[in-house]
Amino acid sequence: MPLIEFTDKGLFCPAGNFYIDPWKAVDRAVITHAHSDHARPGSHAYLCHTKTKPLLQLRLGLQDCQTLAWHEPIVMNGVKISLHPAGHIIGSSQVRIEKDGEVWVFSGDYKTEDDGLSGAFEPVPCHTFITESTFGLPIYNWKPQAAIYDDIQQWVLQNQQDKKASVIIAYSLGKAQRVIEAVSGVTNNIFAHGAVWNTQETLLAAGEKLHPIKKVTAETNKADFKNAVIIAPPGADGSPWLKRFAPYRLAICSGWMQVRGNARRKNADQAFVLSDHADWEGLLSAVKATGAEKVFVTHGFQSVFSRYLNENGIAAAEVKTSYGNEEETEKTTGLE
Amino acid sequence: MKAFATLIYVLGTTTKTNEKLKALQDYFGIANDKDKVWVIALFSGRRPRRTISSTLIKKWCAELIDLPPWLFDECYHTVGDLSETIALLIPDEQTNQSPGKSLHYYIEWFLQSASTTEEEKKQFMLQSWKELSSSSERFVFNKLLSGAFRIGVSQQLLIQALAKVTGIETTVLAHRITGKWDATKITFNELLFTTDITADASRPYPFFLAYPIENDVSALGAAAEWQAEWKWDGIRGQLIKRNDTLFVWSRGEELVTEKYPEYEALLNALPNGIVLDGEIIPAINGRPLPFAKLQTRIGRKSISKKILQEVPVCFFAYDVLEYDYTDIRQQPLNQRRAILEQTLSTVNHPSLLLSPEVAFESWDELANLRSNSREQLAEGLMLKRKTSAYQTGRKRGDWWKWKIDALVIDAVMIYAQKGSGRRSNLYTDYTFAVKHEDKLVPFAKAYSGLTDKEIAQVDAFVKRNALEKFGPVRTVKPELVFELAFEGIAASSRHKSGVALRFPRINRWRTDKKPDEINTLDDLKKMLELYGK
Repeated sequence: MPLIEFTDKGLFCPAGNFYIDPWKAVDRAVITHAHSDHARPGSHAYLCHTKTKPLLQLRLGLQDCQTLAWHEPIVMNGVKISLHPAGHIIGSSQVRIEKDGEVWVFSGDYKTEDDGLSGAFEPVPCHTFITESTFGLPIYNWKPQAAIYDDIQQWVLQNQQDKKASVIIAYSLGKAQRVIEAVSGVTNNIFAHGAVWNTQETLLAAGEKLHPIKKVTAETNKADFKNAVIIAPPGADGSPWLKRFAPYRLAICSGWMQVRGNARRKNADQAFVLSDHADWEGLLSAVKATGAEKVFVTHGFQSVFSRYLNENGIAAAEVKTSYGNEEETEKTTGLE
Repeated sequence: MKAFATLIYVLGTTTKTNEKLKALQDYFGIANDKDKVWVIALFSGRRPRRTISSTLIKKWCAELIDLPPWLFDECYHTVGDLSETIALLIPDEQTNQSPGKSLHYYIEWFLQSASTTEEEKKQFMLQSWKELSSSSERFVFNKLLSGAFRIGVSQQLLIQALAKVTGIETTVLAHRITGKWDATKITFNELLFTTDITADASRPYPFFLAYPIENDVSALGAAAEWQAEWKWDGIRGQLIKRNDTLFVWSRGEELVTEKYPEYEALLNALPNGIVLDGEIIPAINGRPLPFAKLQTRIGRKSISKKILQEVPVCFFAYDVLEYDYTDIRQQPLNQRRAILEQTLSTVNHPSLLLSPEVAFESWDELANLRSNSREQLAEGLMLKRKTSAYQTGRKRGDWWKWKIDALVIDAVMIYAQKGSGRRSNLYTDYTFAVKHEDKLVPFAKAYSGLTDKEIAQVDAFVKRNALEKFGPVRTVKPELVFELAFEGIAASSRHKSGVALRFPRINRWRTDKKPDEINTLDDLKKMLELYGK
């Protein structure tokens, strides 16, 4: 019996009798990270990383759940479980499970570059590796974070010179924290949409060292937005909510912006290729570093990436999951 | 090249005209003269021809980065643009900090490369990819090579930017950059500051274009103030004779004199110093043929006797812009019309005909006449104010087009393919079928007519309901019904359905209809019988 089975409810470990990131309600769920396509409500018991817990409480209204630090093992029905940094967002983890000397790892979502907030991705040696493939095409290769932050800062400074506010569209959990880090290098005048502000407050309250930001409310004086930076979630793009910031320029931060056409149909003034997922080289290096004999490829370009692995001597197969659907209603329109 | 890449990026990304204008002004402020001339050339449709095949470019790129061909193709299908795919696949050379070569260096290399060996071409490509320091520079470089560089900016905007930079009036600039000039030889000053109009005998005038009529036609005022003509379905052109030489220009600012040998006979018949505006159109005994007939000869290099007999081309003149070497565009239309009629009656040649006025007393009468457009092989009517000057570019007010309603048919989508450019990685290019007995027969492709929101819905449908994969094409469950609109229909032996449509596009999504309620092949054939003969 394989350690993990791919069922219609999600990734299931029959020996340990638990699911990882199930998309239907189950008895016991191990959660890799707090994005809504991986952490869904309704399950009976949850296990996640310590830093993920306040986010699940915020997003799922969860009362309590069991937590682990990275590398801290627990045993469930004879199966050893531990969490390891995935570098995707704050708290995001890979799940390592071991039974009778056999090791499987599920990557969840990950990126290989250390963003300074989420913990550095750690390759975990295993026999079988289940990897995401969101950007599993060789056209996706990211510039170093420092260079992208520099581009964002220059853009904000230019807008200030032209007497315009800078509206930046970024996911409230993950991308927003990085963008706030980037712009705080050139300004303290940072506002955010309620969804971003809530997340930032939750993380600050949990002890994360982040920059505090101001919340945009109906009462905020319009003059305060002059030359300011405003962080907004993808849902706000194209909505009348943006009108109050005029005159402003709008930027979008997403790995999908790598392709011109995606950037152009967003009708933004500027696009920054900033992603919380691994690029092509990142995926390849991660797979190789695990030393896995068998690789399962999930959400993304799974057929391309698994074929490429097979042609390069790593046995791989594609697996259909429901990840990349929730937050990915936005993915199809060009946002992570 | 860096400055040019930045310009193209801004023009391609922003939708705000002011930002585009500013980017153009900034560019003209810093670029060297040779590059500026090339940018004017590129933006006014004077692109260098492709000198290296896309197959070779693909091969060299895949070799350079050691990519299997299937993976290259997967990337290409996702990006939807070969130039961009290559630009993204080649890694940045981090160490390169040199200012780099300029735009004209690359273009001029391409121009002379016809005489180089394949190996020399390859070395040049590899070297250039290496020394261009970002994907946006490699993108514009590849685009320049491809000969198919479409830039999201109108010639009018380019002229506005040049006007701000040089202080010259826009109408004067529009005329100066029109016509035949060679970007490798002319200088920026010669191009924009030369006042002698006869310096280039072939130079056409910028075309005056009309908007479709927006309100009820009676809102235009008294019928007596307006002249009506049939709106022909041919190629807009200018016929010029100066210094005993004849030139024919198409609206795409292409010199097409050689393509229409029928016009050679007019050289002796026309007076010198004359410019006529009209329609290049196939016609027999003054009666137009369907546009599909003209298409059979547009792309050909040599025109055979058979084609000259079957699809003879005529010039339907409707305006005169220059007479006796004098620019008369500011004279009112009725005066120009008088000159035109007199000139044509003197010329009296079957290849040069007067596009007749459609006489009418009232708007109601004209509306009736308009409903007979198809019988005249016309697309509708043109309305021109009798007192109007001949203006530059597309303007509202004095000229309007009043087209007849398109033909429509309900069809089901059966294939889908990803688009390119702004539509990359989205299924936006669809093939449609009508019913024939118990089969579906494909008969048209359409790419436009849906909103972005509808495209997203259709894209999601295709991703869920794809049946088979043939390269980039997906066969799709025949479920979505659309109403297609088109301008004309003609018999075609190259299409399975036996018909070819003119300008098919999606009129609306018939969510209220089921696939078994669509039109049939017989319906199409009836339309062919009515309108396509």
